[in-house]
Amino acid sequence: MAKQPLSDVRVLDLTWHIAGPACTKFFADYGADVIKIERPDGGDPARSLGPFYKDDPHPEKSGLFLFLNTNKRSVTLNLKTHTGQKILKELVKDVDILVENFSPRVMPGLGLDYETLEKINPKLVMTSVSNFGQTGPYRDFKASEPIIYGMGGAMCSTGVGDCEPVKKGMNVIQHQGGYMAATATIIAFYAARVQGIGQHVDVSLMETQMAAIDRRMSELLAYEYNKELTPRMDIAGLLQYPYGIFPCKDGYVDVAGGFMFLDRIERVLKMALMENYGGANQFDETRREEFLGTIWYPWLMERTRTEIVDACQEGRVLSAPINTTEDLVADPQFRERGFWAEADHPVVGKLTYPGRPAICSELPWKIRHTAPLLGQHNEEVYTSLGYSKQDLVKLREGGII
Amino acid sequence: MAKLPLEGIRVVGMTQMWAGPIVEMHLADWGAEIIKVESIHYLAVGTRGPAPRHPKFAVDFVTGGYAAYLKEGYDETKCRPWNMSCMFNVHGRNKYSCTVDSVKPEGKEIIKRLIQVSDVFIENSQPAVMEDFGLTYDVISAWNPNIIMLSMSGFGQTGPYKYYRSLGAHQDAFLGHTYLRGYADRDVTANSAIYHCDEASGTIGAFMVVMALHQRNKTGKGMFIDMAQTEATMLQLGEGIMDYTMNSRITERTGNRDLYGGVQGCYRCQGDDRWVCISIHTDEEWQGFCRALGNPKWTKDDRFADSLSRWHNQEELDKHIGEWTSQLEAFKVMYMLQKEGVAAGPVEHPDDAYNDPQMKARGFFETVTQAECGTHRYPGLAFRMSKAPNHFRLPPVRLGEHNEYVYKKLLGFSDEEYARLEREGHIGMDLVPNIEIGKYKPE
Repeated sequence: MAKQPLSDVRVLDLTWHIAGPACTKFFADYGADVIKIERPDGGDPARSLGPFYKDDPHPEKSGLFLFLNTNKRSVTLNLKTHTGQKILKELVKDVDILVENFSPRVMPGLGLDYETLEKINPKLVMTSVSNFGQTGPYRDFKASEPIIYGMGGAMCSTGVGDCEPVKKGMNVIQHQGGYMAATATIIAFYAARVQGIGQHVDVSLMETQMAAIDRRMSELLAYEYNKELTPRMDIAGLLQYPYGIFPCKDGYVDVAGGFMFLDRIERVLKMALMENYGGANQFDETRREEFLGTIWYPWLMERTRTEIVDACQEGRVLSAPINTTEDLVADPQFRERGFWAEADHPVVGKLTYPGRPAICSELPWKIRHTAPLLGQHNEEVYTSLGYSKQDLVKLREGGII
Repeated sequence: MAKLPLEGIRVVGMTQMWAGPIVEMHLADWGAEIIKVESIHYLAVGTRGPAPRHPKFAVDFVTGGYAAYLKEGYDETKCRPWNMSCMFNVHGRNKYSCTVDSVKPEGKEIIKRLIQVSDVFIENSQPAVMEDFGLTYDVISAWNPNIIMLSMSGFGQTGPYKYYRSLGAHQDAFLGHTYLRGYADRDVTANSAIYHCDEASGTIGAFMVVMALHQRNKTGKGMFIDMAQTEATMLQLGEGIMDYTMNSRITERTGNRDLYGGVQGCYRCQGDDRWVCISIHTDEEWQGFCRALGNPKWTKDDRFADSLSRWHNQEELDKHIGEWTSQLEAFKVMYMLQKEGVAAGPVEHPDDAYNDPQMKARGFFETVTQAECGTHRYPGLAFRMSKAPNHFRLPPVRLGEHNEYVYKKLLGFSDEEYARLEREGHIGMDLVPNIEIGKYKPE
């Protein structure tokens, strides 16, 4: 079996909350030695965010933290102290990558800006993930999940016209920032290994949304090309039909018919549709209402999500059930592909975790160990730097670790 | 100028729609040579616009939209719509395009020669497509054992849904995201289609390819990467899934509300369809918010005195906040609140985005000229690197634009052979007439 692809990589992880840890998770899960630096007082704030195991708010029981920090080692270090900064610089000497997602003022304020760290380790790749980037007038502004999506992303055209614009699900915008940071970091890391060049990577969450293909980039260009804004409307508001999300017997399904695939819908429904509803009639509102009311909804309401999707896929129609997290975990596809990973954590015990992003025998993914307890690896990390056990006692007494 | 990080890496892409092309885009932006293998006999739905020659009335019918074409001068009987599609042109920069009729035996031979001089092969079709073309990993790895092949279909190369057809919106539904986004008090139909899956899996697909290159540098071995877009994106719902595996609780939609006890929403501002998002978490932020408003009397209400009370009385609070914002311009709200340390930001329409001071200061948008669309501003690079200062090198690529380069320079075809391949329908810049949508081979 191949070695894990990043087993020769060491990452100093100064990230917290979601976007930064989502980035370093990919490195850790593919074998990198990721040393997570946490504040001595409470550690990564994600430890205090839910969902909690058995709803017990406890720093080692946060599902968010447990998920994002698999395979990382945790050390505590107070970066606001001179000694803490000195120890961090010692750690920087021997790493390939440093990732941080503080506000852009923080690292320079601690004397830990890229220019300083580059002198200690010229091949260092330092990735800074921030709300708006390391430069510009919004540099120090605060943000949140909907603010990033609202400013950078396609929120203006997400939702329905008579309501406010609406964000995406949960924290996916921040997770996506982490995905982008992982890709940016590994590209820079590749250059460091092949060309010997270290550098500072600047990831602005607002820009990751402005450059998102989820629709945003295309709608930006539609404006540039035609000076037209994209209205906010629900999927069924599109005039082609049937296209979008529809209710059925036991929930909802998403089906793509429309002018592209009405011939396929015809085969699935075993009814002649093209003559009355095809061609230019796809853009006729009366025909649309007639089709939906007399043919489409009655057909859907007699069938379950699974029956509809099976029949549609059999007829080469793009379609899907609207699943919940419960449906996902039970789904035969993800089970059969071995997507889920089980791992045993010292505090919460055995749990099922979402697994690898892809399958590849040459790129083994595994949970070598679950998310670290706060400061779990202080002794092994700091003694490897040459500190004695007595030194560690002093550092602890000084509030450094 | 410093070299770009991925210079010297050659990638062959037979990709459709968005997810695969986004992998190509990131690799191309950072220096890899991307050769798109396209065809003048087939155009997958949505790849270079919704249809090969989308009728003018349908193009004009839609206002804005992600599937728009450049309307000025649009006439499907005279222009080349496939080079004027927003869906394609947003990611088409820095890439090369050649055309091959991959259904013909000689087409396969041409692809073989291309694979033999390349490092990476990317495709994102439903698996039957590559199986029909005879371009599966066992075939292409026999041609070039060092090749890294990334397949990224909706559901992967195994399992009961292997052959399921889907776009990003359907994958979003399958993986549980559609259920989780939208309004808390409306059903799931009250929302827009989004293609988050293309974005997420396209981004991490590029990560996988570069990691594979690193691994290959150590082991000398090529590899096959089987990515299911649904799985790769599902990780972004990790904490929701953990709530189910830990507590058997199904996560529900929460609209724009904060998940962690803050006050958060999207509020109407002065003007037509203008909105601002505001998030207030700590007591300090609440005080900052009150200061920005000039401490009106209602802010002293007991119901808003501490964070838990504010969380419980959020609907009441929303009314007050909305009343205040509705008198102000969205950008003004941002500046007023940010000055007091409160997170706020306008919902930016595309015209705001192009004029946004932050985007301008960072030079985000790039102006390039493409032969058939003229000069326009395009959304730029997704991230920056200090020692690889980087801009678009090539405009959005036109179908078959680099046939000469690929056939003659890269593969060594003579002028005579090139002319013959042109006659035989491999090489060209115009789609053949009357392409049937969705059909890549005669049935």
